[in-house]
This record gives sequence, structure tokens and C-alpha cells, in this order.
Amino acid sequence: MSEPSEPRAFKWVGQRIVRPDGADKVTGRAAFGADRRLPGMLHGRVLRSPHAHARILRIDASAARALPGVKAVVVGADLPLPRRESGGGGESPVDYRDLAENVLARDKVLYVGHAVAAVAATSARTAEQALRRIAVAYEPLPPVLDLERGLDPDAPVLHDHLFTHGVEPRPTRPSNVAKRTLLERGDVEAGFAAADAVVEGEFRTETVHQGYIEPHAAVAEPAQDGHLTVWCCTQGPFMVRAHVAKLLGLPIGHVKVIPSEIGGGFGGKTTVYVEPIAAALAQRAGRPVRLVMSREDVFRASGPAPASRIRLRVGARRDGRIVAVDASLAYEAGAFPGSPVEAGAMCLLAPYDVEAFRIEALDVCVNKAKTTAYRAPGAPMAAFAAESLLDELAAKLGLDPLELRLRNAAKKDTRAAYGPRYREIGFLETLEAARAHPHWSAPLGANEGRGVACGFWFNGGQSSSASVALNEDGTLSLVAGTPDIGGSRASLALMCAEELDVDPARIRPVIADTETAGYSDMTGGSRVTFATGMAVIEATRALVRQLRERAAKLLDVPVDEVVWKEGAAQPAGGTGRILALEELARDALRTGGPLVGQASLTARGVGPAFATHLVDVSVDPDTGKVDVVRYTAIQDAGKAIHPSYVEGQMQGGVVQGIGWALNEEYVFDAKGQLANPGFLDYRMPVALDVPMIDTVIVEVPNPRHPHGVRGVGEVPIVPPIAAIANAIHAATGLRLRHAPFSPPRVLEALLTRTSGLARAAR
Amino acid sequence: MSARRLAVEARVNGDPVEFLCDPEQTLLEALRDELGLTGTKEGCGTGDCGACSVLLDGALVCSCLVLAAEAEGREVRTVEGLAPRENGGDRSLGVLQRKFLEHAALQCGICTPGFLVAADALLARNADPSESEVRYGISGNLCRCTGYDKIVRAVLDAAVELRRAKAGGGA
Amino acid sequence: MEAFRYEAPTTLDAALALLAREAAVAPEQRPAILAGGTDLIVQMRGGLRRPAAVIDVKRVPELARIDVGADGLSLGAAVPCASLRGREDVRALWPGLVEAAELIGSMQIQGRATVVGNLCNASPAADTVPSLLVLGARVRIAGPRGVREVPVSDFCVAPGRNALAPDELATALFVPRPAARSADAYLRFTPRAEMDIAVVGAAARVTLAPDGRCTAAAVALGAVAERALLAPAAAEALVGTRLEPASLARAADAARAAARPIDDKRGTAFFRRHVTGVLVTRAVERAAARAGARP
Repeated sequence: MSEPSEPRAFKWVGQRIVRPDGADKVTGRAAFGADRRLPGMLHGRVLRSPHAHARILRIDASAARALPGVKAVVVGADLPLPRRESGGGGESPVDYRDLAENVLARDKVLYVGHAVAAVAATSARTAEQALRRIAVAYEPLPPVLDLERGLDPDAPVLHDHLFTHGVEPRPTRPSNVAKRTLLERGDVEAGFAAADAVVEGEFRTETVHQGYIEPHAAVAEPAQDGHLTVWCCTQGPFMVRAHVAKLLGLPIGHVKVIPSEIGGGFGGKTTVYVEPIAAALAQRAGRPVRLVMSREDVFRASGPAPASRIRLRVGARRDGRIVAVDASLAYEAGAFPGSPVEAGAMCLLAPYDVEAFRIEALDVCVNKAKTTAYRAPGAPMAAFAAESLLDELAAKLGLDPLELRLRNAAKKDTRAAYGPRYREIGFLETLEAARAHPHWSAPLGANEGRGVACGFWFNGGQSSSASVALNEDGTLSLVAGTPDIGGSRASLALMCAEELDVDPARIRPVIADTETAGYSDMTGGSRVTFATGMAVIEATRALVRQLRERAAKLLDVPVDEVVWKEGAAQPAGGTGRILALEELARDALRTGGPLVGQASLTARGVGPAFATHLVDVSVDPDTGKVDVVRYTAIQDAGKAIHPSYVEGQMQGGVVQGIGWALNEEYVFDAKGQLANPGFLDYRMPVALDVPMIDTVIVEVPNPRHPHGVRGVGEVPIVPPIAAIANAIHAATGLRLRHAPFSPPRVLEALLTRTSGLARAAR
Repeated sequence: MSARRLAVEARVNGDPVEFLCDPEQTLLEALRDELGLTGTKEGCGTGDCGACSVLLDGALVCSCLVLAAEAEGREVRTVEGLAPRENGGDRSLGVLQRKFLEHAALQCGICTPGFLVAADALLARNADPSESEVRYGISGNLCRCTGYDKIVRAVLDAAVELRRAKAGGGA
Repeated sequence: MEAFRYEAPTTLDAALALLAREAAVAPEQRPAILAGGTDLIVQMRGGLRRPAAVIDVKRVPELARIDVGADGLSLGAAVPCASLRGREDVRALWPGLVEAAELIGSMQIQGRATVVGNLCNASPAADTVPSLLVLGARVRIAGPRGVREVPVSDFCVAPGRNALAPDELATALFVPRPAARSADAYLRFTPRAEMDIAVVGAAARVTLAPDGRCTAAAVALGAVAERALLAPAAAEALVGTRLEPASLARAADAARAAARPIDDKRGTAFFRRHVTGVLVTRAVERAAARAGARP
């Protein structure tokens, strides 16, 4: 669907309605992943590897099977081994062989916490006892625990079959570098030769977790005919269906997935962990099995976001125009290939118009949990490097940091570094809004500094389905297949209401199971309001067409003499009989049958998102503690369908970014054990750690969406690390290039500089 | 059922309840598995996220750090008990619940029950909290979606409305 | 969690009898005292403790008491930290102890955790222990051989280990009433504002003469050694001075010298040592401001 969208006056879109699922969520009635109970349900538990890297020599589960109350035991070898083929799509495409081995290890365990066996028993305690009776003989292997080691050609190799892709000629030795990608355009050397100023640096970030509050959970229920139903908290019920079917060797039609309410995901629930295991146990036991991850399991064995190392060099002319960029990005993929390093490479310069660049991206396997998507996967680390160096460049050239960005900002028709030419985008508008915002010129206190940084995210399109059914009393049932992770039911209802011109309170949006909803890709990539919204609009328009046709038939006039206005079929000429929605609904079965609009589409015309953030920090010179004292996030939303939830996405993304910047990090010991697998020591911000997050929504409509929508969910996490780094520099003069900027790191930098200065003074 | 199971009598959301539990079962597990009150959520099981917050004899606690047997003779209040019952229970929402919806103070909603219980406890002991008192009062609850902004505003707004209602009721 | 028996005695004698009966079991199966449970239940859940019996002491009435008498404060073993929040009489006399109790965990944790439990858990990072140390608090211990008192400074012997015999129960803490123009303060460093464990803790108590001179002082440190410890050299650096910057700096240096920190997931040794001095300075200043405001 594509049609020019003039700035349009909306009646319902843009209203801050109460979300349709709200009452259930404030009364405890909403059912999340772990909330389902079935008669005869068994309790599943998973045995996990204590080693970061080891060969599995033997697994003896006979003692576990013999324990009274144990109804099923499953190990990797019990499941079919899929061929190496890609599947899943979306933000997290997978190799099915890798996926199977990640869900249940086969020959080797590749990280501490890697699932090795699973048990279903009549009580949780029996299941736990059974786990202790499973004897696994391991041959420990030396682990590869960081990027340096992963890049070292002499390091132990995780996968013997892995030869670096993207290198010519094809390497003869297996490697932990799964892939090398190069983005290149223009004459980089000539660019640097023409530069008046060059800045460079190496930037690092640590492994972080999405930190959703709800652990992964699934209940699998077998049927006599070999079919399976899986209830689970996921961003993608159709993804779970495909993965479970593939991993169990079932036809897709034999698996039904019911998405529960989902307690956060941020990309972390775009793959499977417990779902296939629960399904395999249920198949064997012939009874429903519930499998819920503990918080420790979530930290150790779900997919965090990768640690990264970025080397970057930027050259610019005296006027601030960037003329050359040379970059190398290396991201930890974890135990299997597939970090978001290519996305990081593509986002690195996306906000800017740059003629000559060379960006290398390396996907590096290490003995840690396989990383998965986390909100704008790969982009925050890239922005940390790029936006830090742009600040240095501005200082070197004596330019205001916003001015430098304005001089390089991508606009309509700029060819993005990652390939396409932009259509209407709102980056300049966010920069102008930042410059005009009172925050930019507000006075600062002692030990305070202000930083600015920008960010980009592609946003997702992909496939969605929706249907809108008119009920006999004129209420409407709206069915979609993309889980509502942050209020999308409200946005979908608003878009449907806009097209029908009825009060959204009449519309009941439902997130349906995989046998009820049409195929829909995952909730992720900031695509639901865009793509599912587009499907909802099309489905509603189809319903409106049917309503007009029905009215035309009843009035015995040609259909183009009937228009749809104010929730009723009205004569195009303005005079004549009006048929209200209620009337058409009431008589529908007698006048030609039920009225249901449907649409299934692969959405085109994604509009990318840009953001500019301003932050003030206060740095305690004695302890190195950094406090965020003021934050303003400015973002082009295209059109904010429900502004409160757009603001909420911005605020939530910012605070995740603050956590990433200041305190969140996985701490591993020398053997690859995670020292902080809990919310106590994996320090996500609490309410007292952050100020109010001010938001400015810029609206440059996406011309290729009927309501002008761009995605909004992901880009807010892109600028914060860089913005905070720049603010710390403004407050202290320190350039921190290793996130998080935790008190020990900041203090050490402060004291090293002091002693360095003292040395210099002597 | 084993002989080691304990019989517990308590009041939950005002109603007398009896249930059986294992000694090592937590109050959270008993609420969810024995009493079917799944509104109270487990986010961590170690008292670090607040999703399982309940009031135990009026004190705000993490129900994952309370043994079910400890509830004997005590009063437990969960999210399911926050709506005013006198107005037809099911349909009416309490002021905090309504303010959370009006302010869009939830996105995924998994932490919401815990925040509501913690905020209820806060407003019971401090009817006119400052922003930082609200933030302190809910710092035992993690929310990963909202960045807390709208939650804090919802609690502050609920406090205003509750004070107004009280003043109106007293006049 | 492993299976255990749950006991909820309603008298101190019954609690002691249970302990005596269980004292003979293997050390790893010894009964656990459940007061707040915020450490115990987490430890049992993680398999770090596997007691055969859990003895819930919250139904013993005398353990639930807070008494402020002429000689000082008696704080029962089952009193949750949250109960101190409303006790302005306690806060007025021992503000540092109350601020330490209010830093533990979160509101939810304080609704359960007890000061005595915080001490018995013997974590080097326990927030209330430095405060109890500078206040000269004593632990009241009941057992089959009668009642004894142990200074807090002798109570914690190693991480997770205290001076209680297997058949003994810590029933209360006794905190002496502060001298005239004397006050305490506790500060800790955590990366987060709440819900965190001290990376460094520092408590101070100072007594000021009417002319502002410091006549007595105590300084204690948390999370910088295998147990919370008094830093007498830091206190000595303060006594006799007017707490001017140079004296504070000497106390800070002495405290840094007394610290024996390690690198761990919560912070580095370098950081801990430096911040020890920073917090000692700030805690002394805070205690002095309070003492100066007292009659």
C-alpha cells in the first residue's frame, strides 16, 4: 500500500485513550507466560552446563528416569537434528542447526548455563531432584571469553565447521570470526588527505541484558493426534510455531501457539529457549508441561546484547563537513554466529551525509550465551563511537556540537551509508528542536556537564495480518497476530477508529493465536504500529468498502454514490438516507451476510527514525559517581498515533540507555562464570536513579504510511551512551571510551588524570 | 499430598482462606499455585524486583521472601484486592489503578501489580509525597519499560485526587 | 528450595528448646533462625544453606520489642527495619543507625529484614554493622547456659560466620544512649540509589566539646575487609581536633590504611580504598553537624 499522505487532520489518531487491555493489567487479571495452569500439568526443569566450553562425553539419565514422579527426560540427542538452513527472519534470523544446539546442547556445551537435559515431573521439587540424578561427563576445553581472544587465530575454536564468511579466498582454517562484512564507498584515503581535522579512538562496551521483568515461560500441551499447543510469552507466536515445528520435526500445522501477555522483551523474546523443550517433554509425557526460567537462567542462558569493540577514525574539513571515515566493528556473537554487528555498521553513519567511508564488521563467536536482539540491535554501541568522535571533532574545529551535526545531517535524497536514498526524514527537525529547546541553553551547576548525541534506526516492515469484524450490535472485533508489548492494542484501535470514524471504545482489539490470526511476523523492529497498523487500516478500509456496498444495495444506488462519514453510509451528494453503522450491523445477516474486513500484507515504505538527545550529568569528583540530572529526548515519530505510548517508548528506551551507559554489565570470572546473574548485582536503574525524561515528539509524516507512521520503539536507546559520555566530558574533561561509566572506571580516570597532571606539574 | 504439608489459615484481600503448603513454599507460590491469585508476579525470586509485592499485615514485603506458613493468622493484600469492593468489585477501579491507566504508566504490565501495591503502601503512610519520596517509595520495584516517568506522575496525581476526596469527604 | 521443617515457637524457651534439640545435627543441616528471612530465604533458594529446620522467631513476643530506656535502646531480634521508620525517638538519638537501616535493600526488604538479622548474617557489607560498631552496641544472646552479652565488635568472625553457638539465639541488640553533644552518621556508596549492596560503608560517631573540639570519636568501615571493622587510628586522628580539613584528611588516610579491600563484582579494591576515605570524611562531617546541634 502506498499513497501520498498530505498532512491530514485526524479525529481519533493522536488521542490519549485508555488502553483496551488496561483494566486487566491493573487488577492482576491479565495472564502472562507463567500464569497458565492446566489439569495434570507437570513441572519442567532444565539441567545446565557448569562449563563455558566442554565436550559432552556421556549423559546418563537412567537414575532420573527411575525417580517416582518423573514423567519425561529429554536430551539433545532425543530430538531431530535439523539441516543448516536459515529460518525465523525478522530481527533474529537463525540457522536451524545452531538453534537446535542452543536449545539443547549436543556434542559440546558452549557457555555456562547451556541447556543439557530437561525433566518433567509431578512436582517442581521432584524435577529438581531428578536433575541432580543426571550424570553428565564433560571434557572441559579452554574457553574463549572475550573479543581479543575470539579474534586471535590461535585461540581454541568453538565450531570446527565455521570458516569466516566474506573473506576471499575462503580461509583454510576454521575460525571464531563467523563473518566479515565491508561497507565501502568513495576514496577514503583521499578524504583523509583532504581533512583539516582527524579524530580517532577505540570504544568498548560490555555485555548487557534486555532486563525484561518476566522470565521466559511456556506451557506445552500435547493432543492425542500428535498436535501440540504451546502457550508462551513471546514477541513472535508464528516464530515460535515455526521453530518448535522445526526442532521437533513436526509439520507447522501441528503446532498451535497461544501468545500470553508478554512481560517485556525488547528483542530478547524473538527466539526460543524453553518452548521447544516444554513441547518435547509434553510429547513424551503425554501431559501438559510448564517450564519457567529462573532469573539466574535468564541472565546466564537467554540472549543478551553483545560486548563490542569499535575502532573509528573520522576526518572533516574546517567547515565541519565529514570527508572520510574508517571503522572496524567487532561484536561478540556469543556461542553461535549472529551478532548485530552488520546493523551496527549500517547505523554508524546513518544520520549523516558522508561521501567516503570504509566500515568493517566482524561477527565473533565466544563462549558466552548466544546474543540476541536488544532494542535497535547493534546501534547504541556504534552511536557511542561515532557521536563521541563527532563531539571531539566539533571541539577541534571550534564548532558547536549541534551545528556540526546540522552541517552533516542526512536529509531527503541523501544516500545513506548503508545504501538507500532517504525519502522524507525528520533528522534536521530533531536537531533544530534541540537547539530551540530551553534545555540546550539552561545554566549548569558545579560538576555538571551537558551532552548531545543523535541516533538512527531503520525500523521494520515485514508481514502482518489483521481482520476487523462488525458485530451485530455495531461493536467491532479487531484481530491481530503481533503481541502487544507496550500498548499497541490502543494504537491499532485508534487507527481502526480513524478509518471507520467511530469511537475506539467500540473496538475490541484481540491478539490471537496462530490458528486464529493470519500470519504475522514478530513484534520487534518498531514495526507493529507501522506494519500491523497498515494491515489494520487496510482491513478497516475493506470493511468500509463492504459497508458502502451494502448500503448501496439497500438504497439501490451505485456504490460510488455512497460515502463513509462519521461512522455511517451517507449519500455522496449530501442529501438522502443515512445508514448508520449500527443499522447496517443489525441487518447484516439478512442483507447479504457478515461484514468482515481482512488484510494480510508485507509492508513497504518503512520510514526510518531519528533522534537527538540532550542530557545533563553531575559527576562526583570524589567517588566518580555520575548522576543524570536532566534528560530531553527529541524524536521524529512520523505520526504519534497514541502520544502517551510514544513518549513511553522514548522514556523507557532512554532509561535503558542510561543503565547501559552507567552501571549495567555482565561480570565474568576467568572461567566464564557470570558473577552477577541477578537484579541485585546487574544494576538496572531504579526510580531514584533517574529524573523525569522530557520528550519532544517531532512529526514528519512517513509519506508511505496511510497515517504517516514511523516506528518509534527502538531509536530512543541509540543516543544515550554517547550523550552521557559527551556530558561527562563536558563536566570533567574526561573522554571515556569504555562503557559502562561505572564509578570505579570514572574515579580511576579522574585520579589518573590528577596524578598525571601532578606529574606534569613537577 | 504428603504428611509434611502445613495447613494455613489467613485472610487474603479481606476473605478468610485456608490452604495447604509445603514448609519450603513461599507465600508467592502459595498465592499463585494454591489460591490461584496469579496477579502477583515472580520476576526474580530473590526480592530484587518487587513484582511480587504484597502487604502482609499492612507491611510492604516481597512475597517471594516470605514463607507461605508465615501467613498463618495474618492478613495479606494483593493486587487483586486493590479495587474498591463496595462499588461492585469487578468493574470499578481504585484511584491508583485509574491513574496508572490515564497516565499510561504501564507498557507491558508485568511489574504493574507490584508498583500498585508499593504505591498503595506509600500513599497510606504519606498522603502528600514529593517526587523524590515517590521515587524512594517505589525504588524496590523494577520497571524496564517506562523509565518510571509516567509511573511517578500517576502516583503523584493519585495522591492529589485521594487528598481531594478526603478533604471533600471531611467537609 | 530443599525440604525443611517449619517451626514457629511462641516463647523464647520453646525456641531455645528447638535449637537445643537440633544442635547435634550435622553442621550443614543446622537449624536456621528465620526473622526477616531476606538473606536466609535467598540462601536456601540458591542451595547455599540446607537447614533441616527453620525456626521462625517472629511469634516470640519479647523479640518483637523496641525499648528506649534511660540507658539506651533495646532492639528485639524480630523487629523489621521498617518499624524504626516511625520511631522518631530512636531516630533522634541514633540517627546513623536508623539511616543505615533505611538503606538496606528497599522498602519491601525493610518490611522484613531485621537489624539483628543483618548482624547475624555477618556479611562484610551489612549496612547496620558499622553503625552498631561506632555506637558500642552489644548483642544479647540466650542459650541453654543462660544469657550473655557480646560486643558487636566481637560478634562477626568471618564472612557469614558469627559468634553464636549452635544452641544459642541472638535475642536483641543493646545500644547505649549517646553522651551529651555526641551523634552518629552512616553513609555508604552504591552505584544505584537503592536496591544495592554497599561497595563501601562508613559510620562515624563524634562527641564535641562546647567549643567545637572533638573529645571522642569512633569510625567503622563496611565492605572493605572480611568483616565490618572499627578504624581506631581514624578515630584517634579526630580526637582533640576541631575536625578541620587537615584532621579529616588524616582520619581519611588512616581509614584507607585500615581497609583491606578486594576486587569483586561490586567494585575494585582501588575504588574501595579511595572511597573509604571520602565516606569517612563525609560521615564525620555529618555526625559532627548533628552533634553540634545537640544540647
